[in-house]
Amino acid sequence: MGTRTCHRVYLGSLMTTFDLNTDSVRALNQSLHDASSGHTSVTKPGGQHCIACGIDAALEVSIDGHVGYYCAGMNQEAHITITGNAGPGVAENIMSGTVRVKGNASQYAGASGHGGTLIIEGDASSRCGISMKGVDIVVAGSVGHMSAFMAQKGRLVICGDAGDFLGDSIYEACIYVRGAVGELGADCIEKEMTDQHVQDLTQLLAATGIDAAADEFRRYGSARKLYHFDIDHANDY
Amino acid sequence: MTTDNKSLRPSATFSQHVLDEIHRAADEGIYEIRGFGAKRPLPNFDDLVFLGASMSRYPLEGYREKCATDVVLGTRYAKKPIELKIPITIAGMSFGALGANAKESLGRAATAMGTSTTTGDGGMTEEERQASKTLIYQVLPSRYGLNPDDVRRADALEVVVGQGAKPGGGGMLLGHKITARVAEMRDLPEDIDQRSACRHPDWTGPDDLKIKIQELREITDWQIPIFIKVGATRVSYDVALAVKAGADVIVVDGMQGGTAATQDVFIEHVGIPTLPAVRMAVDALQELGMHRKVQLIISGGIRSGADAAKALALGADAVSIGSAAMVALGCNRAVFIEDYAALGTAPGYCHHCHTGRCPVGITTQDPQLEARLQPEQGARWVRNYLSTMVLEIQTLARACGKSHVLNLEPEDLVALTVEAAAMAKVPLAGTDWIPGSNE
Ligand code: SF4
Repeated sequence: MGTRTCHRVYLGSLMTTFDLNTDSVRALNQSLHDASSGHTSVTKPGGQHCIACGIDAALEVSIDGHVGYYCAGMNQEAHITITGNAGPGVAENIMSGTVRVKGNASQYAGASGHGGTLIIEGDASSRCGISMKGVDIVVAGSVGHMSAFMAQKGRLVICGDAGDFLGDSIYEACIYVRGAVGELGADCIEKEMTDQHVQDLTQLLAATGIDAAADEFRRYGSARKLYHFDIDHANDY
Repeated sequence: MTTDNKSLRPSATFSQHVLDEIHRAADEGIYEIRGFGAKRPLPNFDDLVFLGASMSRYPLEGYREKCATDVVLGTRYAKKPIELKIPITIAGMSFGALGANAKESLGRAATAMGTSTTTGDGGMTEEERQASKTLIYQVLPSRYGLNPDDVRRADALEVVVGQGAKPGGGGMLLGHKITARVAEMRDLPEDIDQRSACRHPDWTGPDDLKIKIQELREITDWQIPIFIKVGATRVSYDVALAVKAGADVIVVDGMQGGTAATQDVFIEHVGIPTLPAVRMAVDALQELGMHRKVQLIISGGIRSGADAAKALALGADAVSIGSAAMVALGCNRAVFIEDYAALGTAPGYCHHCHTGRCPVGITTQDPQLEARLQPEQGARWVRNYLSTMVLEIQTLARACGKSHVLNLEPEDLVALTVEAAAMAKVPLAGTDWIPGSNE
């Protein structure tokens, strides 16, 4: 198992360290799956895939460096911080807990996430929040094209700009954008930003530690015109 | 003027069915959406026959000499491969398309027979997990209801790339089937027409899929097998790429495979029949030296022990049934005729799963209709049907002198048509001619 080391930190809680230059991702994930509490520090991730996926406990995980595909996939309860950039599908299908990317994220960040919170402090690439089903995603920077494609539930907050076809075929998810928005996707429209929305967004921004004023955002959602197939809307698809 | 019978000549090009379809399209302005599988005639396993044992081979005694039927799936990477008593599994069908009683019936029957059943688009229900000893959990493009708790309590995962009824198409569930429970499992509002995605949200090609599979293995600690299911189109490439992507088991679903709701044009005009698909898949596995190492499940229009035995003889490790299991549950049975009539159809012709008004209580969420299918009775029917299929496979295998059904081989088969000979790569009966192979 290489050079994995355990050492004690404050008040007796156990800090486990994995150096992925020598330890395997398999050994790391098995350790995370076997743990019910504690803090794991991951160093030299080297862009490897599937780091810290499938956790099912309120663990603290800090990853120091860049990660490859599907980091924190299907996360439940854990709080995972990536001090670096994340490859495609970070926090895909997240159920609960928090995943924070301190750098940029590649395609499909938070894809089909059911719950929990994904925070991206840099930019996110295309298809951010694709097929999302209840997760809250807050992006401090901008997002690429086709973000929130077929988004069903949850909130996608974009503090920068949004690429083309935002919210294409969106269902009941809610999108907030502070910057410029490219062409909107099919059935996605701008909606009224009520006081309630400003209040909700203020809370979400505060909870995620992203410094932005909620009243500067616009809100987008579904026109609900494609919910029932209508031949006269066939060209909208 | 009376009609002159000599002038009543139907057009082969514009047959009555074609005329009706054009009239329907002109009236409605939308393609036909329906359930069930391809209805047109296609080359199929009926075009093959077995060469029973004779002077050169010994048959086995029926009822006396053993003919084993067990099969193990997922021996490549999984720590816990699936051990089945019979080489017939129940294919993925969604809760939503099917009612809970139908799912439970299938689970109970599969468990009693020592085989597996499969979830579908819409997630895993508690009823089917409880009813099924061995349950395969599908990972579909829509990701409806997908969650890691169910991933961990599944006995295998099946990444669905496509299905035979509609390779390249996504699912469809029309609003009237979306009850509160179905809507909640899918995180969508009630009553809307649901168009499930046709592509996965977080991977696009085989290189990505390889990493996706690595993720699923990591989440499940490499314990359970991972299947990849493809609709039969470019089978040779798809099978080779599935092997490369790291599949333990590959499911190839031919165009006769059923669906709960898709465009008729998709069902009838996309994909290739199951018969050539088996041979292409086996050839691809053999070329890679992976035949029997990565197991092959064949589905799409399997109706009988004879169909299953022929698929096994061509090199499949197991077959999977969907539509046939529904027929065993009573689909198209001549009961509640007036309810078929209310749908504008009759027993024997029904393909109205998409309406949610299934007369026999299978593909419905309506409690009154669903009550027509009691899980105990349904399980009994499916069990009887599976037992019959197994006896048929054993009968054919013993006749060919095989003590295990997986010992059936292509040399036991000949074809009755030139097309079947070319597709299955077995000789045309009475000749040594395999079109395309040894001319
Ligand atoms: S009888 Fe029921 S299951 Fe069979 S085709 Fe008709 S609606 Fe579908």
